[in-house]
Amino acid sequence: MSAWLDRLSKGLSRTRDQLSGQLNVLLGRGPDVDETFWGDLEDALVGADMGVTAVTEMVERLRVTAKRQALPDARAVLEHLATEIADELRVPDVADFIDASPSTVIVVGINGTGKTTTVGKLAKAAADEGRSVLIGSADTFRAAAVEQLHIWAERAGVPIVERERGTDPASVAFDAVREAKESATDLLIIDTAGRLHTSKDLMAELSKVKRIIERESVAPVHTLLVMDATTGQNGLTQAREFDTAVGIDAIALTKLDGTAKGGIAVAVVRELGVPILRVGVGEGENDLKPFDPEEFASALVGLR
Amino acid sequence: MFQNLTDRLQSVFSRLTGRGKLSEADVDAAMREVRMALLEADVNFKVVKAFVAKVRERAVGADVMQSLTPGQMVVKIVLEELTVLMGGNESRLALSGRVPNVIMLVGLQGAGKTTAAAKLANLLRKQGRRPLLVACDVYRPAAIDQLEALGRELDIPVYRGEGTDAVAIAKAGVKEAIARLRDIVIIDTAGRLHVDEEMMAEAARIKAAVKPDQVLMVVDAMTGQDAVNAASAFAERVDFDGVIISKLDGDARGGAALSIRAVTGKPVLFASVGEKTDNLEVFRPDGMARRILGMGDVVSLIERAQEAFDEATATQAEERLKAGSFTLDDFLDQLRQLKKMGPLKDVIAMIPGANKLPKDAEIDESALVRTEAIIQSMTARERAKPSVINGSRRERIAAGAGVSVYDVNQMLKQFAQTQKMVKQLGTQQGKRRRRVPGFPGMRF
Repeated sequence: MSAWLDRLSKGLSRTRDQLSGQLNVLLGRGPDVDETFWGDLEDALVGADMGVTAVTEMVERLRVTAKRQALPDARAVLEHLATEIADELRVPDVADFIDASPSTVIVVGINGTGKTTTVGKLAKAAADEGRSVLIGSADTFRAAAVEQLHIWAERAGVPIVERERGTDPASVAFDAVREAKESATDLLIIDTAGRLHTSKDLMAELSKVKRIIERESVAPVHTLLVMDATTGQNGLTQAREFDTAVGIDAIALTKLDGTAKGGIAVAVVRELGVPILRVGVGEGENDLKPFDPEEFASALVGLR
Repeated sequence: MFQNLTDRLQSVFSRLTGRGKLSEADVDAAMREVRMALLEADVNFKVVKAFVAKVRERAVGADVMQSLTPGQMVVKIVLEELTVLMGGNESRLALSGRVPNVIMLVGLQGAGKTTAAAKLANLLRKQGRRPLLVACDVYRPAAIDQLEALGRELDIPVYRGEGTDAVAIAKAGVKEAIARLRDIVIIDTAGRLHVDEEMMAEAARIKAAVKPDQVLMVVDAMTGQDAVNAASAFAERVDFDGVIISKLDGDARGGAALSIRAVTGKPVLFASVGEKTDNLEVFRPDGMARRILGMGDVVSLIERAQEAFDEATATQAEERLKAGSFTLDDFLDQLRQLKKMGPLKDVIAMIPGANKLPKDAEIDESALVRTEAIIQSMTARERAKPSVINGSRRERIAAGAGVSVYDVNQMLKQFAQTQKMVKQLGTQQGKRRRRVPGFPGMRF
């Protein structure tokens, strides 16, 4: 078991077992693969926010495979499923643009998914590796968002471009990109205000911010969508709308340290064809980890 | 916001309505759709199971089989059960006679507690209370600054204690309220994971220390299946009295709200429906159920209208209307009041049958602004007597409003139609009191 999964279960043992036991029950009950097993599996996957339509298809296919390959028991079926999901989550041909230098990363998402915290953690990780980092604080809408990010910049020991609340976010982004260019920064991370994907005006504002950054930046520009693992089926709509507005290159999946499994992320990866690059597994500065498809898929189907 | 679920149920039921009596296979097909729809709306799968079983039981019962319009009967059953599931009648925030009353907000990270605290304070102040906000989130960087900034905007005092002991700050906050003669204390706490033993214990300690009259859990409307886990844990460890559902202005169907109610028995009290500090509404279970079923939410519509419409202006307009003299000034008043009800698309969504409008029908909010500008560019005489508006006047008005003469012509044409309609109504309903002003022709 790797470190982040360790962290996942640390301190959460009793409550967590009680709450997320659904799939473990599948294993604990015995190896039999009967009708009840399939029904329970379907429930458990729906319960992991995988989406009822996708789950129905998935379980249909799995039934056929289990029969054809004569999978011996429940564990074998679940392992097969985990492998299948992990394969789907591996998106080829997409390099980790957060690790690249120079690189400009725009962080977007709806309200409360953990954008600002993710920006802070990304900055900290890159600075710890000895890269030069600059933060651009373009969330000029939410009260005290600038202050929050300022504290993170101090923690990470990196400079920050910030303006007063209410400033045009595009102008902050502009200044940040200029600054990054002048100081030959390795990684520029730009935080944006949380916005509901249904708000046309705010989405248009975001497109503008992205356009300005792309126009000004000499470093390649990528957009990271921060998604909350507790999000339900609306997550897919969110991802679609953000993709339409600014083009999404990768996902950071936050709050995986609770009991939510983040199954909606599978649907998003499937539809947008972009990878999950980071997962948030705790409140600590170092609790943002590279994404591991096998571990995630195993946790999703309840094997770990 | 529940559009897709509405569409889905309606497509099922339109099929059912088209036939005679319901066979068991019909009911099965309908129940499959209901199940899918609810699951897609993020209602927890266990709750869905119980719900579908209940509806099915009633649906295959004699009354439906013998009913002449079985489709409508199923709609009725789903509506009733959905309303029951969401808590029947609306629940009010229960405050005691104690001064100060204490309300404590809890929830996961990012649910929107701090924003909800400010909105709730604003709402209670509108009801004549004198709230004090207490910032107990000592963990998230700048969370206290955030509450303070919101308090400043609203001109509502915020107590920020010293140090990092949330329990001590909460206690001191209540004392502060007594000293400053505030009659209600709203305590904003840090977001916490329901599986974080230490943090859950802290919430329980704050509760024990200040003995709040109401503990409210703030839940994100977009939460998926896990909502019941979080809510159950909060119910067990902290115990809360009600729910504020946040971000309901998105297009999430908000099944989490149903699940939490069904699993914990705690009522949803408020819904947060926008970015502004006055976008907090009393949650109405029956209205929401009707809305899910595409029957419109007339109660919310009326309530919004009542809030937006100024009684005196409305009466005046009504008098003039009866006398048959509805002028451009009245028209302008009505437009302004309509604007006050919020974005047009939200208002339209509350009208029964609105979901049958074309999906992508764009609602041009700027048309209202244009119309307002046109009328404002007219002289008093022109407003009172539009018939004097000749060609050169039209050109002047268009220039003044920054629109084309064509726009002015269109606007005048619309007004003439409205005036005609209003005159007819005036004679028809002369005796009927209290229509909702501004919606000629709409019956409630």
